[in-house]
Amino acid sequence: MFDSLSDKLQSVFKNLRGYGKLSESNVADALREVRVALLEADVNYKVAKDFIERTKQKALGQEVLASVQPGQQIIKIVHDELVNLMGGTEPVSVQFPQGNWLMVGLHGCGKTTSSGKLAKLLAKNGRKPLLVACDVYRPAAIDQIETLGKQIQVPVFALRDEKDVTKIGRQALAFAQAQGRDTVVFDTAGRLHIDEDLVQELVRLRDLVKPQEILLVADSATGQEAVNIAEHFDKALGITGIVLTKLDGDARGGAALSMRAVTGKPIKFAGVGEKLDDLEAFFPERMAGRILGMGDVVGLVEKAQEAFDAKEAERLQDKIADQSLNLEDFLAQMQQLKKLGPLQNLLGMLPGMGKMPDLSGSEAQMKRIEAIMQSMTREERRKPELLNASRRTRIAKGSGTSVAEVNDMLKQFNQMKRMMKDMGKMQKKMARKGALPPGMRLPR
Amino acid sequence: MSLFQKFRAGLKKTSTKLAGEIKRIVTRAPRLDADALDELEAALIATDIGIGTTGAIIDQTKAAAKKTGQVDVFAIARAEIARELGVATHHLNKAPQAPTVVLLAGVNGAGKTTTTAKLAHLLKGQGNSVLLAACDTFRAAAIEQLKIWGGRVGCEVIAGEYGSDSAALAFDALGAALARKSDYLLVDTAGRLHTKQNLMEEMKKMHRVLQKRLPGTPHETLLVLDATTGSNALNQAREFHQLLGVTGLVVTKLDGTAKGGIVVAIARELKLPVKFIGLGEQLDDLQPFDPQQFAAALFSEPVA
Ligand SMILES: Nc1nc2c(ncn2[C@@H]2O[C@H](COP(=O)(O)OP(=O)(O)OP(=O)(O)O)[C@@H](O)[C@H]2O)c(=O)[nH]1
Ligand SMILES: Nc1nc2c(ncn2[C@@H]2O[C@H](COP(=O)(O)OP(=O)(O)OP(=O)(O)O)[C@@H](O)[C@H]2O)c(=O)[nH]1
Ligand SMILES: [Mg+2]
Ligand SMILES: [Mg+2]
Repeated sequence: MFDSLSDKLQSVFKNLRGYGKLSESNVADALREVRVALLEADVNYKVAKDFIERTKQKALGQEVLASVQPGQQIIKIVHDELVNLMGGTEPVSVQFPQGNWLMVGLHGCGKTTSSGKLAKLLAKNGRKPLLVACDVYRPAAIDQIETLGKQIQVPVFALRDEKDVTKIGRQALAFAQAQGRDTVVFDTAGRLHIDEDLVQELVRLRDLVKPQEILLVADSATGQEAVNIAEHFDKALGITGIVLTKLDGDARGGAALSMRAVTGKPIKFAGVGEKLDDLEAFFPERMAGRILGMGDVVGLVEKAQEAFDAKEAERLQDKIADQSLNLEDFLAQMQQLKKLGPLQNLLGMLPGMGKMPDLSGSEAQMKRIEAIMQSMTREERRKPELLNASRRTRIAKGSGTSVAEVNDMLKQFNQMKRMMKDMGKMQKKMARKGALPPGMRLPR
Repeated sequence: MSLFQKFRAGLKKTSTKLAGEIKRIVTRAPRLDADALDELEAALIATDIGIGTTGAIIDQTKAAAKKTGQVDVFAIARAEIARELGVATHHLNKAPQAPTVVLLAGVNGAGKTTTTAKLAHLLKGQGNSVLLAACDTFRAAAIEQLKIWGGRVGCEVIAGEYGSDSAALAFDALGAALARKSDYLLVDTAGRLHTKQNLMEEMKKMHRVLQKRLPGTPHETLLVLDATTGSNALNQAREFHQLLGVTGLVVTKLDGTAKGGIVVAIARELKLPVKFIGLGEQLDDLQPFDPQQFAAALFSEPVA
């Protein structure tokens, strides 16, 4: 689909080579493609429009650099602007202030799970958290949070027969004080942002507990509505930040940009799984790559680092950077990846992979690609340029596939390599930064 | 408020906003120049109906503008959407012989468990005996949640231990449904992202095991989608459909402002019918889906 943004831009600029200026008309053409890309990633259409306007101003009149293609130059401008908008190049630094944390959001977005994850992080950072069950509507909401509390050994305050959340809130605060719990996380029921009665319930709870942090929890797959949701909750409560959940899926996450743009509030945490360890700092740069469909090279390299030994990871990183990644590496990597469990998660992080239908499918299809590569000689894998027609025919036969499939696979591989190079610089920059906020672990 | 009113009311808030937007574009540039078409495109995209359907509407609009100089964007959009959504099929497949087995699948938090309860309530109301299977053995308190619903509806719930094999449980539950001669067995499953190979395989296993226990089951595999979801719902539908052969969609949370337009993109590509829509958290907040009504609610002209 839209991993081809970089291809599309290349075709927009096919006649433009170094030492020109980016002109109004080619910038406009390019940005039209970018706009479609943003919309496909679920960025709100108004937010996308504003974004394009601003980016246009930045792009106009820039010298076309001889060393990069104009399409890539535009991508860089767009990418940087996205990063800027979502909070800059550093991972959003999170603090863990003592006091009260209020978790709010729509139904099923992940509030209760995120509350549990957060309590765990708080404890790790030297706080003494208390979880408070303020969802008085959903069946078994209290059981759910009590189960989570047990799993992380954090106490949970609940009043099973009380339907008034302010009463629960008041008693919870007293309980926290008596028990010496210094940081209190209030899990609340899911509600529609337009449900005035239920929103007022939150307002009353907020006024009572005067939270340090009010976090809007939102599903990363949210569509165009993200803007309305964020606006409503922010207006009613004055949120202090956003938790973006279910980022372990393949949602492009345009909602992140939309919500940030309309509220100006930072995305503070990223939910990346159902387990209670799966809460991370938010990296605007990764999100920008994701929204643009360029994949998450940084994340990939970090994952690789965990799985391979450090030396191997370094080698991989260098190879990505100087574009000498070959099929041999690819095959080795595929075999390593298999050890890491669910392949899909990892493959989604590879630029260009989103476009590889053969890889996004079943294990069986995965095996075909592996078979293709295994039918090559080592030499061929090292130097894919050797693969002429007759070699390709041989490989197709040997792997029980067709020449078209072999061609496809090679084409995708080359595309991936190219994009990886684009990302190389960014990734080096990231590598220099390193330091994570205390208690945050590297993604896995 | 009746369910119908609720549905209209929910959609109306956004549809009037959108309709106003479209009206504004068309009034300002009746001949629909390139800029106006761009804006129109963006306004259409704001319904989450997807790039494909948006493109089709834009193309037809352009063609109409060329031919007659006069276009009714609303009529074009309504017709296109109703056409893509196909005819209403808002009934559950029924097995020639009881039990009819319904499997509910979907990503995390979409509304599977609540929909299971609502469906049970609906079917009971029609005089059927219904058995529920709590095959989410993973998420905290998932079993308690379904048991509470079962209690409210007045249905027995077959449940196992947390961490136990969901396929084995589905197998047992089907056995129980056969033994009790239940009319329906509704199988609630754990939320899973369509990108997670191992969890998807688990789902497939459940499917397979049901088939093994009683060929032809499940008679209905419903994919539950959250109306607030954007383009990712299409990926969800693709993956679940490829894996299980989905027979119908349930779109939840349409009582909010989200339009659930993504079902149009799904219908367009996968030809999957929407069978029910969810309009709230209560047992009777489930309604059959009507494509015409949906299209009309999405694109009704603003009353000046
Ligand atoms: N894959 C994945 N699943 C998540 C994540 N966060 C939450 N979930 C799952 O999403 C579903 C809903 O999570 P809950 O924490 O119950 O959501 P909630 O917002 O409390 O729901 P309500 O209280 O009903 O509004 C559960 O199945 C969670 O396991 C995440 O980051 N990744
Ligand atoms: N407003 C509204 N809320 C709904 C609707 N359907 C479900 N919900 C709410 O959405 C939340 C999640 O619903 P569940 O039924 O637990 O979702 P699930 O898919 O079973 O979640 P997991 O099992 O955790 O994956 C709950 O708070 C429900 O009350 C609906 O049609 N409208
Ligand atoms: Mg909850
Ligand atoms: Mg459930």
